[in-house]
Amino acid sequence: MVRLIAFLVGLFFSGMLLLGLGDTVITAIKEPAVPSVEAEFHEETLPVSFAHDGPLGKYDRGQLQRGLKVYSEVCAACHSLKLVSFRDFAALGYSEEQVKALAKAWKTEVPSINPETGEPATRPAIPADKIPSPFANEVAARAANNNALPPDLSLITKAREGGPAYVYSLLLGYRDQAGYKNEEGKELLKEFPEAATPAGLHFNPWFANLNIAMAAPIAADDQVTYDDGTKATKAQMAEDVSAFLTWAAEPKMENRKSAGWAALGFLLVFTVLAWMSYKTIWADKKH
Amino acid sequence: MSFPWAQEYKPQGAVSKWVDERLPLPRLVYNAVGAGYPVPRNLNYFWNFGVLAGVALVIQIVTGIVLAMHYYASVDGAFNSVEHIMRDVNSGWFVRYAHMNGASFFFIVVYIHIFRGLFYGSYKAPREMIWLLGVTIFLLMMATAFMGYVLPWGQMSFWGAQVITGFFSAIPLVGEPLRQLLLGGFAPDQAALNRFFSLHYLLPFVIAGVIILHIWALHIPGSSNPTGVSVKGEQDTVPFHPYYTAKDGFGLGVFLILFVAVTFFAPNMLGHPDNYIPANPLSTPAHIVPEWYFLPFYAILKAFTVDFGIPFTGIIIIPAKLMGVLAMFGSILLLFFLPWLDTSPVRSGHYRPLFRKFFWYGLIPSLAILTYCGGKPPYTQWVVLSQLAAAYYFAHFLIILPIVSRIERPLPLPNSITEAVTGKPLPAAA
Repeated sequence: MVRLIAFLVGLFFSGMLLLGLGDTVITAIKEPAVPSVEAEFHEETLPVSFAHDGPLGKYDRGQLQRGLKVYSEVCAACHSLKLVSFRDFAALGYSEEQVKALAKAWKTEVPSINPETGEPATRPAIPADKIPSPFANEVAARAANNNALPPDLSLITKAREGGPAYVYSLLLGYRDQAGYKNEEGKELLKEFPEAATPAGLHFNPWFANLNIAMAAPIAADDQVTYDDGTKATKAQMAEDVSAFLTWAAEPKMENRKSAGWAALGFLLVFTVLAWMSYKTIWADKKH
Repeated sequence: MSFPWAQEYKPQGAVSKWVDERLPLPRLVYNAVGAGYPVPRNLNYFWNFGVLAGVALVIQIVTGIVLAMHYYASVDGAFNSVEHIMRDVNSGWFVRYAHMNGASFFFIVVYIHIFRGLFYGSYKAPREMIWLLGVTIFLLMMATAFMGYVLPWGQMSFWGAQVITGFFSAIPLVGEPLRQLLLGGFAPDQAALNRFFSLHYLLPFVIAGVIILHIWALHIPGSSNPTGVSVKGEQDTVPFHPYYTAKDGFGLGVFLILFVAVTFFAPNMLGHPDNYIPANPLSTPAHIVPEWYFLPFYAILKAFTVDFGIPFTGIIIIPAKLMGVLAMFGSILLLFFLPWLDTSPVRSGHYRPLFRKFFWYGLIPSLAILTYCGGKPPYTQWVVLSQLAAAYYFAHFLIILPIVSRIERPLPLPNSITEAVTGKPLPAAA
């Protein structure tokens, strides 16, 4: 009885699936899928490498400090970094005094109340504060940005396929759409005339739907003046801020990797010993 | 209950004797995983995975309890509390990454454990009850893992909860009220998050309970073995301790090396980037996909594309969506009937030439294809492939296995485990 019912159920499910297969194939032949503009023109991330790549990689402190400068002078005008505190900047190689000064000098102040009147007010940041957001709330952020919401950047390198390479590519990926061709030589506006970038958006083949609300944030060389004398080319700034945002998303990465090596070393010894005792105990038993 | 030649627990010293007479817990452990449990001498490495699954559960419970000390089940605070654990709690990043990847490794281990059972016929008499309890554990694990994935309240958490609870609304009449009852609302929200947290904390202990039954049931007939031939005498077995404790110790080392390598050096490899975006009910991700261990079942769900009805009348009896949901649950529930679908008296796939062909060239590739296609967007090629693979999956268990068991001529079995191991027939006196 079990086998009879099973046979019928199996016949039903497999049959419906094969019918569905036929249906899928017929539909595909009758109405072949139209290639989408995203599928044809969305680009893979640009090649870029970082000091923190790989199981032995460590953050380049100098680069992180440069990246912080790019963030604070360029990105921070629109993008919050809500999960990071000023005190965390000690990990970038700043002293306690420098962190205090950084917090105090931050362009946006921290929402507070006037201790005399209880009215809403602001005060300069202290190391214990999270980085203050440039906009008071989502409505204010959208109102200032043509109804687009600049995402928080605390986790951006973990929240996008490609991570830091994605941020790097996006920052450098602004192109002129007129006459734009992909690697196969196909011209976008000839293949997809209806895909012209709407007014208020910006063409960027590294963005998921090719049209991004953010205008090119890194527009020219020397937009930022680095304290360590590094030449601030566009690529340099994009790389530095990508490294900084990787740190912001994963501040404990160096602890993680060094603990990982210690754990692996311990386990290797343990496993070798376990293997030897296994061999010894079983020495007289054929199995 | 065990073999008559099992070593007996002999308490040493006054305290052990005193305890043994009042609460023989050490005796229980001795008989369960000590020298008092005789085990076939020919187990291969596939038999390590039961113990490993137990270790994986312990890792999940220990890390989970610590996470719960810092986690905050609130739609406003959950995401940030996870980030608080990652950034501010001492070694919180380790506990969280270990829990996150521990779930994946738990499934890897359990899938290999199930694979072992399927190939070596561990579900056959007299071990049906062990198998039934095992499938129950698997279902509980899936429920626990799903609810755990919702807790960080990222985009995939939210939309995964939306999609999975949406399955219930496919059930005619009671579907929508049932879904609202599960969620405590019309969509995943505070009520759903709170109850998922509560159940996610509860179910692992239920799993632990069913595991005790699973092991209890195992100790009635004793462990199976790669030849599938029953134990005939003392020469066929070795005491679990020290023989298999040593072998399991080595297996545990290899498992932990792989687990540590992923947890410390590629902790987000098995996850989805979208879950680092806080849940937003107003923005649907481009592709909603579950965690990798659910992909084969997700592929089965999506593979049903045509309604079942009366041709040319437009009357639909079972809509495609409902059929997908039924098939998805059915694909796991059918495992409960496996002991009665595969009627061959030969347990091990080694001695079943026809079964082995369907197993290696049919079942395993179809599961691989389903896993792969489950994570792909619904383009024609992936849909067609998963339809083919899903059709084979159901046919394999429900149609092919019963027929194969009937028509197959198995290879000659060794006379005993010892003979299979030593290659020498036993002396007649034994």
